[in-house]
Amino acid sequence: MIEYRSIGKTFADGTEAVGDFSLMLPSRTTTVLVGSSGCGKTTLLRMVNRMVDPTRGQVLIDDVDVATRNKVQLRRSIGYVMQHAGLLPHRKVIDNVATVLRLNGVDRKEARDRSYAVLETVGLDTSLATKYPSQLSGGQQQRVGVARGLVTDPNILLMDEPFGAVDPIVRDELQRELLRLQAELDKTIVFVTHDIDEAFLLGDQVVILRQGGVVAQVGTPKEIIASPADDFVRSFVGLDKGHRRLHVEERDGTRIVVDATGKATGVLE
Amino acid sequence: MSVVTGTIDWLSDGAHWSGEDGVPNRLLEHLGYTALTITIAAAVAMPLGLWIGHTGRLRGLAVVTAGALRALPTLGVLTYASLFTGIGIRAAIFALVLLAVPPLLAGAYSGLEAVDRQTIDAARAVGMTEWQILTKVEVPLALPLIIGGFRSATLQVVATATVAAYIPGPGGLGRYLIDGLAISDYPQVVAGSVVVIVLALVLDGLFVLLQRLALRHRPALVPTSV
Repeated sequence: MIEYRSIGKTFADGTEAVGDFSLMLPSRTTTVLVGSSGCGKTTLLRMVNRMVDPTRGQVLIDDVDVATRNKVQLRRSIGYVMQHAGLLPHRKVIDNVATVLRLNGVDRKEARDRSYAVLETVGLDTSLATKYPSQLSGGQQQRVGVARGLVTDPNILLMDEPFGAVDPIVRDELQRELLRLQAELDKTIVFVTHDIDEAFLLGDQVVILRQGGVVAQVGTPKEIIASPADDFVRSFVGLDKGHRRLHVEERDGTRIVVDATGKATGVLE
Repeated sequence: MSVVTGTIDWLSDGAHWSGEDGVPNRLLEHLGYTALTITIAAAVAMPLGLWIGHTGRLRGLAVVTAGALRALPTLGVLTYASLFTGIGIRAAIFALVLLAVPPLLAGAYSGLEAVDRQTIDAARAVGMTEWQILTKVEVPLALPLIIGGFRSATLQVVATATVAAYIPGPGGLGRYLIDGLAISDYPQVVAGSVVVIVLALVLDGLFVLLQRLALRHRPALVPTSV
């Protein structure tokens, strides 16, 4: 379990990224922090592995304040997946994945074996293992990034807009893949995105943020859709727009679902 | 007899290719001065340049200092240094080190600066220590530019090390130039210059190969000139 307790962050130049943020993230679930740029979501994510230290308040993992943990050791115990994958361009795919294991003192042979195994887990052809990152497509690089995050089998996986830079078809594929992996692996995932559809698809718990890390609403996707807290949330999730206002029409004995603009989106069973 | 044929005669005279004043010995001396200079300069410039590149601190000071050092006239420094070190090779090495430091420094810090910030951020996020980030990420990725620094430093020192012969005592290929001028033996002067030029071209070629080697897995990833 991850807990934010009255977190505040003011950067050295005086900008306040986060005012006063508190949240519980249950173990073995996916929590998605969603909001527009400048809402402090990435800052909050990076506090978990101390890439950013809060100015006020505490972040706790299983009731231990992360501020008491050695930064380097803490980061090695947490999976991290970032936008653009962030792979080391001078190392082969397999060595990129093995990096964290090697840092943790796992011997070369075992690190390679486990890295090959995790490449298969994320659905990457192992013939790509000896290629360099620049020889891979964006989607393949991102899979390598996920493999690197998972290779140490960490309890916590931090994902900072991991699918933000790939095209929609590949993004769709990677999202499905993540859902499949999570069903198998049961990690505590903190996921950051600005895409509300992605948040609703992946999140067990969705946190909608306003500017300055102010929580607009926390809940399951169903709860948020059923009872948005205010107009900001209603607008952010798109309930004021046509594509989420659906009604049923009957056509030749089949009940079809139509949105407010009159476009058919599916069939009611 | 023209200078050209005189130079060819000089170079093809076996007597000029043996003994203390022969080309092989002077060449070795010249290379020795260059190697010593680059070693001392690197011992100063590399730790400093890597530190500046890694931390981003004191960059402005480094740019200004390196610029000022580049502007120093080597012959003047040589004469001035001789006042303190006495007549001999130490003054020459001192002047050459001042010449070699700026390109080495610039190669190191600009090489590190050219490394993608996201790559470094990712390395830190997966749990590398600052030292590991420097040695396993920044230096390998900056290597083409760092070698570029060594390349321009070496070429400048090889060319300028001829001034070492300006003061009596030190050898090197400059002996042919300075001594030849003193007795108006122009074929010897030109022959000496030709040997220096060939040496510089050969060394430059070696550095080009080294840079290619450092880039072999990463086409068009890092710029190769400082």
